[in-house]
Amino acid sequence: MGNKQSLNSRSHNKCSCNGDDLELILGKYNNDPKRLMDVLIHIQTQCGCISDLAVKDIAEAFNMSKVDVVQTISFYHFLSQEPRGEYTVYLNDSAVAKMKGRDKIAQVFEKVAGTKFGSVSKDGKIGLFNTSCIGMNDQEPSAIINRRVFTNLTEVDVERIVKSMKEGLDVNDIKGRDPVPNILLKGPILKNEGNITDALKKAISISPDEVIEEVKQSKLRGRGGAGFPTALKWRTCRDTKSEKRYIFCNADEGEPGTFKDRVILTERPRLLFTGMTIAGYAVGSDEGILYLRFEYKFMEQYLENILSKMRKDGSLGKNILGKKGFNFDIRIQFGGGAYVCGEESALLESAEGKRGEPRDKPPYPVVKGYLQHPTVVNNVETLCCVARIIQKGVKWYCSVGTKDSTGSKLLSISGDCKRPGVYEIACGTTINDVNKMVGAEDVQAVQVGGPSGVCVAPIDFDHKLAYEDLATGGSIIIIGNKRDLLKDIVLNFTEFFLEESCGSCVPCRAMTNQYKKKLEKIIRGNGVAKDLEQMLSWEKVMKANRCGLGQTAANPITCSIRNFRELYESKLKTATDFVSEFDLEAAVQEYCKTANRIPNLGGDHE
Amino acid sequence: MNKITITINNKKIVTESGKSVLEIAKENGIFIPTLCNYEGIAPQSSCRVCTCVIDGRKMTACTTLAKDKMNIETNTEELEEIRSVIVELLFAEGNHFCPSCEKSGNCELQALAYRFKMMVPQFPYDFPARDVDAVNPKIMIDHNRCILCKRCIRRKKEPENPTWFVFENRGNKLKINLDHELTADMDDELAQKAMDTCPVGAIIRKEKGFDVPIGSRKYDSKPIGSDIEDQGGAV
Repeated sequence: MGNKQSLNSRSHNKCSCNGDDLELILGKYNNDPKRLMDVLIHIQTQCGCISDLAVKDIAEAFNMSKVDVVQTISFYHFLSQEPRGEYTVYLNDSAVAKMKGRDKIAQVFEKVAGTKFGSVSKDGKIGLFNTSCIGMNDQEPSAIINRRVFTNLTEVDVERIVKSMKEGLDVNDIKGRDPVPNILLKGPILKNEGNITDALKKAISISPDEVIEEVKQSKLRGRGGAGFPTALKWRTCRDTKSEKRYIFCNADEGEPGTFKDRVILTERPRLLFTGMTIAGYAVGSDEGILYLRFEYKFMEQYLENILSKMRKDGSLGKNILGKKGFNFDIRIQFGGGAYVCGEESALLESAEGKRGEPRDKPPYPVVKGYLQHPTVVNNVETLCCVARIIQKGVKWYCSVGTKDSTGSKLLSISGDCKRPGVYEIACGTTINDVNKMVGAEDVQAVQVGGPSGVCVAPIDFDHKLAYEDLATGGSIIIIGNKRDLLKDIVLNFTEFFLEESCGSCVPCRAMTNQYKKKLEKIIRGNGVAKDLEQMLSWEKVMKANRCGLGQTAANPITCSIRNFRELYESKLKTATDFVSEFDLEAAVQEYCKTANRIPNLGGDHE
Repeated sequence: MNKITITINNKKIVTESGKSVLEIAKENGIFIPTLCNYEGIAPQSSCRVCTCVIDGRKMTACTTLAKDKMNIETNTEELEEIRSVIVELLFAEGNHFCPSCEKSGNCELQALAYRFKMMVPQFPYDFPARDVDAVNPKIMIDHNRCILCKRCIRRKKEPENPTWFVFENRGNKLKINLDHELTADMDDELAQKAMDTCPVGAIIRKEKGFDVPIGSRKYDSKPIGSDIEDQGGAV
């Protein structure tokens, strides 16, 4: 958590990030326009905003137009041209945070800080902002304040924290609960067995092709949710002719409800970095980049220390573990707050200093990725699996799981259950088993795979968590019987997609809004049967979107219509097929007041 | 260049590799509607209007390079529905008042709506509050009509030059933005180019208009795409 000093001494409305200061910052990132994200994040972190002056200087230095710099800034939630306060509070507004009382916490924040969410207090001291899931669903309500995470917030906590901020305390000296790992079930990946350096030794003792073959034999599939065979990705990348190849670890973990990557990053970072290094060896790459979401900025120094240690003991750097010619190093690239950057091609755009808009595919990143070079993008957990497969062998790995879904799966479980946390289960475990394991009773629904996944009704709780049945990136949200499923969950998820769409594809940008409007109409009790049919028929248009975000943005609604149709139907008006919702009297009220007239609406009003 | 054989709507077509499905269709008298595509600018499939079924998958014709033995369907009932819904969405999302628009009759969005026989969108209008940017001496940007196709952004004279047009924000707050300093001395030729690049009436030249009266404009007498289909060979 660097920049302590500047963080608390900076003054409102003034930005020192221009002139000499800026030159230093740009120098730190090799004066490379492709590192624009780093420059912007650096300035935002140091100064609390990216001023017009800074924009102008960056544009000049990089031979860009000013609006070009602004278009990147304006894409990312945590970057801002307006000051966001000496202390910037980002309070999670995910569905689970709301279940855990975040609205009450928000009220207390507003009351004691003296400002509303979305604004900064008059003295420029405290800024309050909402934010999408911050990967703390098992410890909600939670907030990020100047990159430190405060978990399990109570009203008393908030009063104390705001008081400390008003007194000017360093954010690290404010009393609060830090995140805890909450690992409640360990399996092959999380169990801390043996020396992980052995995995790397073993990998470099065989040929890169043999490493890829091992991974192929293990039938490992991407753990981020999409489930693409890892070995096939590697093979294609290796077979694509290029002087340079890249290994990216996707640690953007933005799917609401998932936090297992956070836990891996803080509890098993060496396992992950070893997995990346093995991937580098296998595909012939000497550069790995960990794309880490801005929400996890708090672990930056910790991870940098681990990387330094690994460089010192020869597990990273030149001629790794004495293997001549095998060079590999890892750097951390931060995101700026955008769910869509979890999509691999958007992630690469972002890493190149641009807006995180998904690319047209093909070409796929394995052929043309980061800076046009072949690039492997793997999820955090996938790379950990790789390290374990090499360390302990394919047979060992395949002894867990099902025939088509080998190995284990890390689940992030939250919501209405007694024991939220991280569980490493064998692939093939049923939802019923999960519910028992976490102490979930009176369950109305289980959201598998986050908002983009499936809302499962009790009748389907015997289904398995596996690629061949219910595929999941690991987000499991338990929704109890007392929740208003449509209002508390489905609407929240739809708003999430609306907020996080990059806006590039028409259906994703415009249709999600139409879905939201229609859902709200149903929630108000003004829906008709035709509305449900329309929303289902729009699905094919959503499937024409470019990326996974767009293609699944309507899932919360369409999936819940399919699995909870009775719930929807109970809210519909049945005697009519049209409810206009237009209140003429209300619409002309203001006019009539101004003109001093009584509304003349015909009919009853005559 | 290699000779390849592809099938479009059950018709075998022998052509050369290296071309997009859209180009080949056009050469063969098959009209695939587009909005964000513009000849001479690298395609970026953001409008999704040219979505076709290519080897069983929904893909955009503008960005997909034809490969040997590819099977393409351009006009299934589902595809036509997707296209018309997208056009409806655009009308509902912005503020499009055709009768008062200088681009009426030359507007691709309007022309597609006519071609798809749209009467009124199935969606309630958003009526967003958008402004008009008239800072530039030669052109004005009417955000009410912008469909965010990115054509103006992608049309750059030299790749290494700083960008004039950009996006700002994201999601349904997305809008285009113009660098006023760099474009302060824009000449008439570039202004005309900018206006021609825009498929709708979002980029309009100042102090010039209605040269061609409404009624004798590009799409006034024949539907959009007719020029392609009239080449013959339509399937």
